[in-house]
Amino acid sequence: MLNVGKIEEGFVLDHIKAGKGMQIYRDLGLDKLDSTVAIIKNAHSDKMGKKDILKVECDVNALDLDIIAFLDHSITVNVIKDGEIIEKRALTLPKMIKNVIHCHNPRCITSIEQGLPHIFILTDEEKELYRCKYCEEKYKAKA
Amino acid sequence: MERLRHLMSPTDFTVEELDHLFDVAEDIRKNMADYAHKCDGKILATCFYEPSTRTRLSFESAMLRLGGKVLGFADGSNSSAAKGESVSDTIRVMSYYADICAMRHPKEGAPMVAAEKSLIPVINGGDGGHQHPTQTLTDLLTIRSLYGSLNNFTIGLCGDLKFGRTVHSLITALTRYENINYVFISPEELKVPSYIKEMLKAKNIPYKQVTTLEEVMPDLDILYMTRVQKERFFNEEDYVRLKDFYILDSQKMKLAKEKMFIMHPLPRVNEIAVEIDDDPRAAYFRQSEYGVFVRMALILTLLDMTDEHMNQGLLRHPGDM
Repeated sequence: MLNVGKIEEGFVLDHIKAGKGMQIYRDLGLDKLDSTVAIIKNAHSDKMGKKDILKVECDVNALDLDIIAFLDHSITVNVIKDGEIIEKRALTLPKMIKNVIHCHNPRCITSIEQGLPHIFILTDEEKELYRCKYCEEKYKAKA
Repeated sequence: MERLRHLMSPTDFTVEELDHLFDVAEDIRKNMADYAHKCDGKILATCFYEPSTRTRLSFESAMLRLGGKVLGFADGSNSSAAKGESVSDTIRVMSYYADICAMRHPKEGAPMVAAEKSLIPVINGGDGGHQHPTQTLTDLLTIRSLYGSLNNFTIGLCGDLKFGRTVHSLITALTRYENINYVFISPEELKVPSYIKEMLKAKNIPYKQVTTLEEVMPDLDILYMTRVQKERFFNEEDYVRLKDFYILDSQKMKLAKEKMFIMHPLPRVNEIAVEIDDDPRAAYFRQSEYGVFVRMALILTLLDMTDEHMNQGLLRHPGDM
């Protein structure tokens, strides 16, 4: 079995659905980070069968981790300090999501305006409903 | 300096702010001459990326009646948009040419993009099927002026309730007022969307849905007629079948209350018979007149130019009781 060493300071994203690790890596903007990142694919999980894991060596506050709550509820965030888990961070749905999902309404200004970010606003927390800031089209997650 | 204000949606203003806006509009109606030079030296830009007669001319009339001037374009193909200029770039330039801008655009959210980059107030003059706030403000002012209040009445909305943007917007705006009963009159295919009904249910606001005008006519204080819009149909056959589903004529008007009044966002096709035009209850042309008053009040409000009148005691600030 492949072994990836402990990190001293940073965070571990555990219980990522198998195959989704790279997407989370991109959506969190980890590709733009000058830190050590380990992406573990298809790790064994008693609960899930297979799972992906991301280990990131950087200050946990340097990233907006709440986006994870939007991307996948099942992911857990373990904050690491001095090689130990010091916190299991609870995540809340972000009030706003920028350039993670795109508006699919062909009548929306985002479809033609150059350089316009795709921004979604949380309009119903209970139903976890996001709407495009510009055209108010509902975001429908792909099944 | 105060934060720049724009109008993107009819609910951008609080109920108190709307009351104030309508007070200004009423004062303009009664004392038009007093406002003839309020905007001397000011310029309104009308940036209309798609053709519109009523809305654009109503904005232009409003600014001209305030003593200001207007410039702009009436069709995107005549502007630099045809060369590929973005809305953001256009409004940045317009900010130096004018003091306030009214924008219509076929893409939903375009006026909001403009507002984000603008140095001058931006008014949404209609963005695709999304919002048309000045139509809603016109409707609210018409109801307030003709009925006397924005509370305690039964309103029937008739025709295309599925695609009719003005209807959805009006219902949403009216939910902030008290004791209003809604009657939705439409064929099965053009019923009001479920999100509107869910919104009413969530707020415990009563409504009923019927398919004939006659059965509810005696209950109505206001009848809001709409046109079945040809451009919303993919199938010509469906349009032909539904376009004449409701024709309001003098026979049907016999069933109505003596003080009921009829509204219509215009243009009408044949859903209201011409014979009704002389009925004192026909309010749809006066509605266009109120559209100018409300746009005048809006221009003054967004340019922050209403205080002078309030200082003279003509108008009250919200909450000055």
